[in-house]
Amino acid sequence: MRVKIGAPKEIFEGESRVAMTPDSALQLQKLGHECFIEAGAGHSAGFEDTAYTKAGVTVIGSAAELFGAVDFVVKVRPPTEEELGRLHSGQTLISFFYPAQNAELLAVAEKTGASVIAMDMVPRISRAQKMDALSSMANISGYRAVIEAGNNFGRFFTGQVTAAGKVPPAKVLIVGAGVAGLAAIGASTALGAMTFAFDVRPEVAEQIESMGAEFVYLDFEGPAQDGAATGGYAAPSSPEFREAQLKKFRELAPDMDIVITTALIPGRDAPKLWLADMVAAMKRGSVVVDLAAERGGNCDLTVKDEKIVTENGVTVIGYTDFPSKMAAQSSQLYSTNIRHMLTDLTPGKDGVIDHNMEDDVIRGATVTHQGAITFPPPPPKVAAIAAAKPKEKAKELTPEERKAADQAAFRKATRSQITLLAVGTGLLLLVGAFAPASFMAHFVVFVLACFVGFQVIWNVSHSLHTPLMAVTNAVSGIVILGALLQIGSGSWLVVILAALSVLIASINIVGGFLVTRRMLAMFQKS
Amino acid sequence: MTIGIVSAAYIAAAVLFILSLGGLSGQESAKRAVWYGIVGMGMAVVATIFGPGVGHWFIIAVMLIGGSAMGWYVAKTVEMTEMPQLVAALHSFVGLAAVFIGYNAQLELTRVQGLDEVARQALQGFAAILAHKSPVEVSILKVEVFLGVFIGAVTFTGSVVAFGKLAGKVDGKAKKLPGGHALNAIAALGSLALLVMFMQGAGIWTLMLMTLLAFFIGYHLIMGIGGADMPVVVSMLNSYSGWAAAAIGFSLGNDLLIVTGALVGSSGAILSYIMCKAMNRSFISVILGGFGGTTGPAMEVEGEQVAIDAAGVADALNDADSIIIVPGYGMAVAQAQNAVSELTSMLRGRGKTVRFAIHPVAGRLPGHMNVLLAEARVPYDIVMEMDEINDDFPETDVVIVIGSNDIVNPAAQDDPNSPIAGMPVLEVWKAKQVFVSKRGQGTGYSGIENPLFYKENTRMFYGDARKSLDDLLHLIRS
Repeated sequence: MRVKIGAPKEIFEGESRVAMTPDSALQLQKLGHECFIEAGAGHSAGFEDTAYTKAGVTVIGSAAELFGAVDFVVKVRPPTEEELGRLHSGQTLISFFYPAQNAELLAVAEKTGASVIAMDMVPRISRAQKMDALSSMANISGYRAVIEAGNNFGRFFTGQVTAAGKVPPAKVLIVGAGVAGLAAIGASTALGAMTFAFDVRPEVAEQIESMGAEFVYLDFEGPAQDGAATGGYAAPSSPEFREAQLKKFRELAPDMDIVITTALIPGRDAPKLWLADMVAAMKRGSVVVDLAAERGGNCDLTVKDEKIVTENGVTVIGYTDFPSKMAAQSSQLYSTNIRHMLTDLTPGKDGVIDHNMEDDVIRGATVTHQGAITFPPPPPKVAAIAAAKPKEKAKELTPEERKAADQAAFRKATRSQITLLAVGTGLLLLVGAFAPASFMAHFVVFVLACFVGFQVIWNVSHSLHTPLMAVTNAVSGIVILGALLQIGSGSWLVVILAALSVLIASINIVGGFLVTRRMLAMFQKS
Repeated sequence: MTIGIVSAAYIAAAVLFILSLGGLSGQESAKRAVWYGIVGMGMAVVATIFGPGVGHWFIIAVMLIGGSAMGWYVAKTVEMTEMPQLVAALHSFVGLAAVFIGYNAQLELTRVQGLDEVARQALQGFAAILAHKSPVEVSILKVEVFLGVFIGAVTFTGSVVAFGKLAGKVDGKAKKLPGGHALNAIAALGSLALLVMFMQGAGIWTLMLMTLLAFFIGYHLIMGIGGADMPVVVSMLNSYSGWAAAAIGFSLGNDLLIVTGALVGSSGAILSYIMCKAMNRSFISVILGGFGGTTGPAMEVEGEQVAIDAAGVADALNDADSIIIVPGYGMAVAQAQNAVSELTSMLRGRGKTVRFAIHPVAGRLPGHMNVLLAEARVPYDIVMEMDEINDDFPETDVVIVIGSNDIVNPAAQDDPNSPIAGMPVLEVWKAKQVFVSKRGQGTGYSGIENPLFYKENTRMFYGDARKSLDDLLHLIRS
């Protein structure tokens, strides 16, 4: 039996996204599933019913019919009670759910007997990144926040020197370098603004700098936060740290043209970081975009879902529907997240769903299953992120110290060379004292040859090491001389052994040289 | 020819050999350098044959022609991917020849000592040299013969085993008999005892017994080393074959043999040193086999290996501007170098920067990858060494890793407990995207988990390297 998957039209006011696109439907069908969509569901995201039909999706007239017809309902926003009422036992709903905030809704869902998979509960482990819808939506929010700020900002982002005068670059401060923050940094630097970024987790400094922004360092002595301990999210900070942070922000406020705040702490109200006095200190025409508006906002003046202009002419934007403002993009990403979730639910790729409650990701995201609430999930079996190992910083050496170190190294090298020479001379003297003169003559030749060999071989280029081996091989066929000298012997045994040696040594000589030539002939310049 | 002319020819040959090795510092001068070597060898051989005291010219001619024909045939027919085996096989010949010549010296010495005074005066060539040695010189000669045979015998069996491993005829894994290196030590001590007995005139049986012991040492030593350590083994055997020639030179009193042997010996020693340094391991630990002990549990590798198909790789390559290809032994095994070359020229034809990053120990022979790429007509000026290219990875769009594993393992830098901690590696993970072409999900030779495969910017391109690349070529062409 093929599993039927259907996406209804979002009924939340102003929501334009849709949980299934024609593209994702094609991929779902490859998994062996059958796809349904409510008529007009993709309209505001730019996907018409005809496009779905072409992709093999059955278009159904009303939401009620759709809920009745399918086994899996995929949605974007958390379901309303009305929508939950349409679910029945054996069905599965996949959508954002926020079970911690929506306890009543969870109770209703439990009663229906349907399973609910909350996309916002997907654990933050590497394996689950492909279905991390929070991240993909945050990415869009971050990008859109910059665009929105630009829309309300009366100047260029990039600095220009034009015939009509010089334009300074805009200065953008991003508070919180999570996914949204990093996306905002990327968009802002791409537009040419001077971008600064702050985060309580010092380990993200590297990521911030890699995106082209400058990390705002705090002079703060004390234990720094380890993001790894909290699954990569920020945790509340100590009062002292907070003070230091606010002081820094106050310092920066008059300079900044655009401030984008993205600071969130899981399971809490958003921390107030951009206070009223900072807004007051900003220049006329500056813009604050508060991406934490949904959870009370990082800025004192934020009004949820609204744009306000303060007395000193600073625009404070508190929209919460940034992803929905870019519905085509966000639907595409969200539907891909959903598809990955369904891929994990269909391990055999044969249209058979295996709701495996042993799997960390599926278990973590499932909030009701077979008529029981399964939230909160047990901690995942593997830690989200390996704890960052404290890095040892190379100490900056002063010129004097470096000089001293160089001198010490030079002295050490001299000492070891002299020791080597002394030991070598001693050994040679020892040999010379006992060995006859004829041996010493050969020995001198031997030592000199070793020396020449060492000097010459160091200069051989790495890429020619194989030809070097082949050529030394050919050259070591020189043992043929020994055999040639012995072959004139009167003893037949000696003659036979010498003849065999000549044979194999000449294989070596000819083979070695020819193969070297063959190899070298292949090396060519472009 | 008189002794004087022969000596002059020897001096010229020694100079030419030095020039020949020195010329390998650059690809262009190397082409000339081989000729120096060939001319030097020709002069030395001709001068010796027509020098004083050499007889049995018919036998010499037959053997020279026969050996040359065989050498010519082998050199013409060998595949470039079989280069490591060929080099190992040739080493074994030098070792065997050294053993034979050592025996001859001893046999000849016994014969000469058995002759009476009148007969001694009548001797020519090598026998005459032996006849005129003082008792001290004779005992030194005995030590030299003994050493020459010992080194030659170790080189012989060692190279035969190395050949078997490289050719896939013997299991490539490191294997030791029960007792491990104690056995080698006992055999070496036994040889030393036999040397003492030999010096005291115990007869040729001591030499024979020692040869057997040395054969065992060579066999057991190389059986205990495997896989990624093979480049060190091959260059080490190269070194041994040189020392064997030098020892023979001492016993025969021939300076050209000594010079050449010393050149080859030091060349192999330096190569071994370079290879060991590239793996951040001491020579001793390579010889003793296996990786050094770890000091704690390895870092947990988190995540999953995400696979990608040829179409995905083709898309990424079409979008990329700068591409680095990291080849490894897997490329040689799959014979994928020609496909790699074709991919390179196609991408370069579209104005993309394509370069190769070669780790010093990639492959089974020092410089193995360079030769394979050269064979496939990849221009050598886009083939870079690790130090030249390691800083460029962060600015690179796509890295394709073909059949290499340990040399791109980030654990060498991140995990102090890793068996390969501290080994210099190619920092491919710093590139924007990494594709790893690999046969399956297993670990490499060293059996170490590779965190690279689990990184977010890494995609696994499973399958036989050659087939994968052919699919890729097809897609990019269309």
